[in-house]
Amino acid sequence: MQWNSLNEFLAMGGYGVYVWPSFGVTALCMIWEVLILRRRHAAARTALNQSVASAGVAL
Amino acid sequence: MKTDRMNWFQWSSPQAFYPLAGKLIPWFACVSMVCLAAGLYMGFLVAPTDFQQGDSYRIIFVHVPAAWMSMFLYVVMAGWAAVGLGLKARPSFMMAQAIAPTGALFTFLALFTGAFWGKPTWGAWWVWDARLTSELILLFQYAGVMLLHASIDDLRRADRASAVLALVGVVNVPIIYFSVRWWNTLHQGASISVTAAPKMAATMLAAMGIMALGFWMYSAAVTLLRVRCIILERERHASWVQIERVS
Repeated sequence: MQWNSLNEFLAMGGYGVYVWPSFGVTALCMIWEVLILRRRHAAARTALNQSVASAGVAL
Repeated sequence: MKTDRMNWFQWSSPQAFYPLAGKLIPWFACVSMVCLAAGLYMGFLVAPTDFQQGDSYRIIFVHVPAAWMSMFLYVVMAGWAAVGLGLKARPSFMMAQAIAPTGALFTFLALFTGAFWGKPTWGAWWVWDARLTSELILLFQYAGVMLLHASIDDLRRADRASAVLALVGVVNVPIIYFSVRWWNTLHQGASISVTAAPKMAATMLAAMGIMALGFWMYSAAVTLLRVRCIILERERHASWVQIERVS
């Protein structure tokens, strides 16, 4: 390993301001995509099960 | 009735595809997380500093996998669109629609991380170079496929129209890929070539490959999750969804 300290790692040889936003935005986008899809799936399931339940009452 | 040969057409109904997709997602997600963790470890702690670009080159570990996925997902989306048009299979159109947002996301990330790499190496966030411009056009193509689908109320017509648009646009993928060879671009040539010896250190190459595999498996998991949403939303009046309480 070539890093002697955490600060050196974070500095990325002076390129930290370019490296960290690249990785950070990529990570945020991917996590965000998973979260909105899980929410969308849960919403679709809830809506469906409610409509099934109300249809059952109507019958 | 049980037959010896596997009947692939059994998956061509949303009813059969929904639980299959649900079973596959955790596997793709697990492999993706292991690969991404290993890739980040190798990329930041094992791979050496580049003698020319210093540590700015480490952006390659997200930039190249994102760029690869942006092109690969477009081809897969166009493939599903073609299958949908040929077989009139609804799950194929659903898959094409499920891939588009993830493809667009990776196209955006390829452009974004490219800008953050271009600034320290070229001195510019953006140049109207053939590679960058054709990749930007790819982002508009993904947007076009999604917007066209959203703008047509009749779902069958929306499926077909956006599938045709996706298929026609696939011509841009080889243009992006070969742009660095066909034109004199500021963007560097291909990082990996089948015919030439690798230009990168083995650990750098390995880290990039593992990250790419992680992005690939992530795309598979997310696409299947989205197709499950699309199936529930579109098939909500179908009897199978009403009878089985979906999980």
